Formats: sequence, C-alpha cells, structure tokens
Amino acid sequence: MTTHNYLLEIGLEDMPAHVVVPSVRQLHDRMAAFLKDNRLAFADIKEYATPRRLALLVSGLADKQTDESTENRGPAMKIAKDADGNWTKAAQGFARGQGGTVDDLEERDVKGTPYVFYQKNIIGQPVADVLPKVTEIIEAMTFPTRMHWSHYDFEYIRPIHWFVSLLDDKIVPFKVLDVEAGRTTQGHRFLGHAVDLQTATDYEDALADQFVIVDEQKRGDVIKAQVKQIADEHGWRIVLNRDLFEEVTNLVEYPTAFAGQFDKKYLELPDAVLITSMRDNQRYFYVTDHDGQLLPDFVAVRNGNREYLENVVKGNEKVLVARLEDAVFFYEEDQQHSIADYVEKLKTVMFHDKIGSMYEKMQRVAGIARYLGKRFDLSEAELADLDRAAHIYKFDLVTSMVGEFPELQGTMGEIYANLAGEKEDVAKAIREHYMPTSADGKLPASKIGSVLAIADKMDTIMTFFGAGMVPSGSNDPYALRRQAYGIIRILQDHKWHFPLLRIQAAIVSQFQEKNQVPHLHLDKVKGLNDFFVDRVKQFFSTKDTRHDIVDAVTANQDVDPEDMFAAANVLTDQVDKESFKPTVEALTRVLHLARKSKDAGAQVDPSLFQNPSEQKLHDAVETLQADAPQLSIAELYQRLQDLRPIINEYFEENMVMDKDPKIRDNRLHQLAQIRDIAKFFGNLDGLIVK
Amino acid sequence: MAKKLDIQDMISTLQHFWASKGCMLMEAYDVEKGAGTMSPYTFLRAVGPEPWNAAYVEPSRRPADGRYGENPNRLYQHHQFQVVMKPSPKEIQEYYLDSLRALGIEPLEHDIRFVEDNWENPSMGCAGVGWEVWLDGMEVSQFTYFQVVGGLNVSPVTSELTYGIERLASYIQDVNSVFDLEWGDGVLYGDIFKEPEYEHSKYAFEESDQDMLLKFFNDYEKEAHRLIKLGLVHPAYDYILKCSHTFNLLDARGAVSVTERAGYLARIRKMAHLVAKAFVAEREKRGFPLLKHAQENAAKEVE
Repeated sequence: MTTHNYLLEIGLEDMPAHVVVPSVRQLHDRMAAFLKDNRLAFADIKEYATPRRLALLVSGLADKQTDESTENRGPAMKIAKDADGNWTKAAQGFARGQGGTVDDLEERDVKGTPYVFYQKNIIGQPVADVLPKVTEIIEAMTFPTRMHWSHYDFEYIRPIHWFVSLLDDKIVPFKVLDVEAGRTTQGHRFLGHAVDLQTATDYEDALADQFVIVDEQKRGDVIKAQVKQIADEHGWRIVLNRDLFEEVTNLVEYPTAFAGQFDKKYLELPDAVLITSMRDNQRYFYVTDHDGQLLPDFVAVRNGNREYLENVVKGNEKVLVARLEDAVFFYEEDQQHSIADYVEKLKTVMFHDKIGSMYEKMQRVAGIARYLGKRFDLSEAELADLDRAAHIYKFDLVTSMVGEFPELQGTMGEIYANLAGEKEDVAKAIREHYMPTSADGKLPASKIGSVLAIADKMDTIMTFFGAGMVPSGSNDPYALRRQAYGIIRILQDHKWHFPLLRIQAAIVSQFQEKNQVPHLHLDKVKGLNDFFVDRVKQFFSTKDTRHDIVDAVTANQDVDPEDMFAAANVLTDQVDKESFKPTVEALTRVLHLARKSKDAGAQVDPSLFQNPSEQKLHDAVETLQADAPQLSIAELYQRLQDLRPIINEYFEENMVMDKDPKIRDNRLHQLAQIRDIAKFFGNLDGLIVK
Repeated sequence: MAKKLDIQDMISTLQHFWASKGCMLMEAYDVEKGAGTMSPYTFLRAVGPEPWNAAYVEPSRRPADGRYGENPNRLYQHHQFQVVMKPSPKEIQEYYLDSLRALGIEPLEHDIRFVEDNWENPSMGCAGVGWEVWLDGMEVSQFTYFQVVGGLNVSPVTSELTYGIERLASYIQDVNSVFDLEWGDGVLYGDIFKEPEYEHSKYAFEESDQDMLLKFFNDYEKEAHRLIKLGLVHPAYDYILKCSHTFNLLDARGAVSVTERAGYLARIRKMAHLVAKAFVAEREKRGFPLLKHAQENAAKEVE
C-alpha cells in the first residue's frame, strides 16, 4: 500500500528560547494522538524547531483511515417494540441517533435478554480528507505565556504568520485566523527568502539552502563544533553550560560562533561577577585556561553567517565592557562602606510587608541560630562565629552589586565579608545560608552555614505561617515547601535531631520574650507539623522506602525527621525477617487496646494486679522505660521485640477489658506505656505484614 | 554606514519612516513622565476599541537613575522614540527592521535578535508580551504587544516600539559616552544636557523638599480622583502623571520605605485603572469617533 509524507510547519514571530523545544514535543504528542484517534497509521514523526517555527514531518502515513465496524446496543426488545410488534419511539430514536433507520436494527441476545443492535461500518476516509482537521491540534497547543495580537480573541505563544501543510506534493488546506496553509515557508530573516516547497520531504534541505538549520539537534551540533574549533585554536577551555547552550541554540536559526575579548584589568572583578555578566546578561560562554583560570575572552553565537562578523564582535565587546565598567564601579563603591552601614540600611528593607524588615529578620534568626547551634552541640567558638554571621548575613542585599545582579546575593556577601576581614567561616556561612536553592541543590558544606540556613528558613516558614500566608495547592509563591524540604535535607546530612514541636515552642517563646513579631499570632499557628511531615514524605519518596513504612513512621505526632529516618531504616531492615510478623502483631494489639486508655501518662498501680504475668510485664516495661532515652532506635526495636513473649503471655493470662473498671483502666495504662515507648514507629498497625 | 547620523537626523529619519507607515507624528507630551508609555498618546489610546497609530519623541525622567552627569550611560532624563500601532499590524516586526535599515543599520552587517522580555509597569497596571531587540548584543529597543493597560484587558492589541535614542545613537555614532553624542549642527549632547543632568541629580538626591512633595502627592491624588468623578479624563490623567513623577522624586530621595512603596504604587495603579475606564466611557459617549473614521476609510477603499 502506498504511504505518504506529511509536513506541518507553524511559522511564528520569535518565540522565547525556552519554549521552543517543549512546544515542538507537545506538537509531536498531539499529532501522534490525532493520527491515532483518526485511525491513520504512520511510521514516524520527526520534529523540527527554531525560534520562528515548529514543524513535524510524518512519514509512512497511511493512504486512508482503517475501516471500523462497531456494534452499538440499543434498548431491550421489550422496550423497542410495542405489544403489536411495531417499533416504538425509543427504537426509532436510537436508530436515528446512530445515523440509520429502524430497518437497520438487528436483534441479539445479551445474557438471555433480547436487545436491538445497530451495526455501524465506518469506511476509512482518504488521508487528505482527514488532515485538514489538524487545526484542532494547532489550536489546542498550550504555552507558559500566551498573548493576543491585532484584533483577535485567539491566544498563542506569538503571532502566527504562516502554515506549511503538504501531503507529499499537495497542499492540505486549512485556515486559522487569517492564515491559510500553503507550501510557502520563510528562510532566515536576513540571509534567506521565502521558498515554495515542492514536496514535504524537501523541507530540511530547502531550508538549509535558505540559511535555516531546522533540526534543533543539528543546530546544537554545529554550535558545539564551532565552539570547540575556537577553543582548540586558542588553547582555551570552554564549558558549555547546558541551560545556556540550549538557550543559544534556540535563539538562532543559523549559528555562527565567534570570539571576543575584553581588557585584562576587568579580571580583577570576582569571577562570579564576570561569569554572571557574560553568561546571564549577555548569553556568552566564558573562557578559561586549562587550569580553570578565567581569561579576558568570551565566545558568543550570532544568528547569521561570517559576513561582517567584525561588526558583531566589536559591538558585543563594547556592550560587555560597558557592563563590566558598571560592575567595577559597583565593586569599588561597595567597598567604601562598612558592613555595619549596610546592616543599618537593612532596617528600611522589607522582608515582607506583613512581617517586618530584613534587619528584624536577622535579629530573630540570630536567636534561633543560637538556640539551634547549642542543640546541635556546636563549640563555643563555632557559636561565636554563627552569632556574628547571623547578625550580618543579609547585608549584601543593599550593596550596589547585588542591586544590579540579584543572582549574586550571598556570593557577593561572602566576597565582601572576606574583604572586610570577617572570618572565613563567617563569610562562607553568608553564602551558604541560601542553600539548597532547589530540591536537589547543593547543601551547605560548613556546620555554621548549615545552622544558619536552617534558622533562616525556619524563621521564614514560621513568620509566613504566622502572617497567614500558608501554601495551598500549587500556590506557594514564597517557596516555603522548598525551604522546609531544604531544612530536612540539611538535618539528614548532619544527622541532627529536630523535635519540631519543641523547637517551634522555643522559637515562639523567643519571639514573645523579645517582642519580635508582636503583630503575628505565632502561638496560634496550626498545620506546621503536617507541613513538615509532608516534606519528610517527599524526602522518603527519593529513597525507595516502602510506602507502608513511610506511612507508619510519619504517623508519629512528635515530628523529628531524624527519628523518622532511623525508624524507617530499622523497619526496612526488619521487615523481611521471620520475627517481624509476630512482633508487629503483638505491638499492634497493644496499640489497638491502648487507644481505649483515656488518661495519658497515668501511673500503673501494682496493687491492682491479679496475676504474675502482669507484674512480669510491668517490671519489663519499667526497665525498658528507664533505658529508653539511651537507646538507639534500632536497639529500642530489639528490646520491644524481646518484650514479645511477655506481652503474649500477658494477653493469654489477662482479659484486659475486665468488668471491674479499676482493673481495666490499670491494664490499659500499662499498655499505653508500651505504646509511648514504641511511638517512634508510628502507626505500626498500618504495616503490610506477610 | 555612509554618514553617521546625528541625533536630530536620527529622529527625523524615524519620524519620516513611521509617518510612511501610517503613524501620526505627535509631539512630546508636556507633563513629566518616566516613559513614553505614560504619554496619553499611548496609555489612554491603548484602551478601548478605537484604532491609533502614532509616533513621537518622549523625554523620560527617572530621578533615581540620575548620576550627576558623571556616568557615561545613566541619565536622569533620556529620550525615547515611541511608536504605537493599534491594532498591531501583521508586518510590525518587518517595519521595525526596515526602520533600522532607514537608520543605516543593515541587518546583514549585524546580529539582530528578538530576545524574550515580558514588560510590566505595575504602577500603571500595564503588562505586555514581547522582546528586547538586541543589536550586536546591545538592547536598543523594547518591543511589546500590550495585553493589559490600566488594569483593563485590551482589544484590539496595541504594538509598542520604544527606541532608546541615546543607546542607538551611541551605537550609530560609535561613542562610549552619551555626552559625546552629536545632537545636531555639531553641538554635543553634553553641551546641552550635562548641566541639567547635574542639577536634576543634585535636586532629586539632595535638595528636594520631601514635605512639600508628600503634600503635592496627596493633593494631586485628590484632584485626580475628583476630576475622574467629573468625567474630566485628560486633566485627571495629567494629575496622575504628576503623582507618578512626584513619587519617583520621593523615591530617589530615599523618602519612601519599602512598605510605603507598595502602598504608593497601589494608589497610582488605582487611579490609572479608574482613568482608563473613564476614558473608554467618555469615548463611547462620543461614539468612538476614530472607529467610525477607520470604518469610513475602509468603506472608501472597497468602493
């Protein structure tokens, strides 16, 4: 059977670089679904994309739709025909709905009941008759930003200028807004011109003649090769930052890489400033020697050929120098002021309108950091450095450099702190307190940076919760979830304990004692526990821990991520052992009954014991209670496991729900004590035990 | 590039070019403002259904950007060449490139890119989608399809082109400092503007009377609201512009704390929204004259 090639190209005004690749993938998926839904077989769909076009070439496309035969069931016969055997309105309606008449209806039994059926035979239509419906997928495309243009209500990523729609050598006509599909595509905006395609498969070559490399992969390969050639010629090392490389690839249709340079004197600027100016502001690749030392050179990519390249080089050099000149001015100007001046200025910088200034935030965080530092057993010297860092760590926000390059916050803080003679550990903590900046971002390397990072994030989360700005659904504009997740990762990294309720209470009482955020009702904050538990679960989800184990350990109301991790590890180790099932069953029985105990923490009265098994359990539990604070969670589990025969004996000998309420309550109290010891394992009864 | 254009040649070239594309040549609007967008020839005309094509030079004052005439690129007041076409013509990108050619910038001899930049002016309740236009790596124009103006969704859409005159001229004349640009007849930019740059910077950063400015802001705001209620759209709009500039002066003086800042911006935004609505209502009362005009023209063409 003959097959066809179909080319669809959407011609647009320049799309944002980051939208190009995801959009053509989306178009691909929509095309595949469209062909499937329309019963059109195909062999392959190839994607092409540049900033000005999204295109697909479908190959091995069937000549016509596959035929389809369906049987549709109508009403039961007793409804379809009346007492006289005539077709009822119900039957007529059904037949009409199927596109036929009652004459087409057939009778067939379904589980012994006769029904009417309509057999529909759909003859496959020629592919050329179906394809005009691709407007559906063009119009269904979604984009991160959308816009209106001219007088249209229609929204798209950018205004649409042309469509190519070719089935082999024939136009498949359609129209969207005022744009009619045809065979004319546009070449490079300056180097090329419009061209009529003879046939769908001419696409890539015809556009190559018009200075457009439509295959994104090939365009990227060209850039790589050109950059490598320049690097080899000069003996440079150039790291192709992935994000920048992808962006540059989708900012051009016909790439030509070129090298430019700047005066050596600018190398006195911090590397971070130079790199930000080149990479983030100008989309240049920076250049180093083989030892990784920055060189006063850069490589950029032009959307065009080598003609007049000297103009382009000169212009780009001039722009970069103007930026670096500004940066030098900021760098020198910033060093004219002391850190104390900047800290003072933070009094007028808002952390958040509803919460207070950055200065006030640092005051709060200094208190939290000190409290946490002590908890985490930092030395006196470390505590002193932490305290210094916590009192200044936001100062770079009001420097001119960070004003100009906000992405250098923290980085400039470290640089300026070092220049101002702060201790290296203090300076490093200033940079590290922002970490991690993404779900899998780098963690602070230093202890002081880690504590400061936790304290800063904890303050942010608590004050935002206190001001009623709690994340909900997909709405988390201040990235509080990411910050809480960051806290959990840092804690896990250091194996630090973080009993949330106690820490929350300590922070609240600090705020209250020092009257730090009197306008917030932090004592009324609810949901912080669940908020953190969700983040702990998120952390587990990256570790392949069994879901039932995660659910069990995170049910512990006294949230301490470290305990939860440890408990999960113990359960994961034990779950396949033979002893696991009976242990969990015994404990589960305890937990179930303990729920009936009304007063928590009540003492057990041995005078109410009715038989020796009660005394035996009581003694064992007392010993365990005394030892528990010194036990690791693994040891605790072992001891609970050892308790099993005693528990079982207890259950055999005693009817817990005794008729005498005194005896009954005494026994429930006994079980509640075991439950409290086992609380680290949370909801053991939710575990799946084989 | 044959001859290096001085600034006035540049301006008249752009005027001539855009007039040939159907733009009316307007004059700069005589109330202080931070950008060409804030001229009533853009802000007000971008709302409502009436077509509008205009081009003009707008001196734009940004007190906080003043550098006492000492920085080669930063200015208290710079000049924008502003083009608005509504509804946005299909060929607007091509028009823009042709305007560069008219200035002697042949795209084949340079690297011209349209880099995504979605523009926003929260104080005027405006947002749009578009690009920065890069010429050999330098941003020389801002290109925007307005989507929201004065808090109103706009239809039809206005395309706005803003050329930074000093930027572009620095490129064309190949100078490193704006003060070395030739304005016309051999007179340098610095000869004209260096002194006002210094004086305005001195005023904005050191000498402005905060109490007076605060009082002005409040009075202007009150007057704007009163005039909006009376349906006196254009006088009201003038007072909103005055509010905006007064706020910018206060801001440059460091008289506005960050908390207050949001409050001031919200007050201006509210007025901008009310005046945009009032403008559409007043135009509607007049039967949207420019819409009629355009329909009559279209009818003539059909005949």
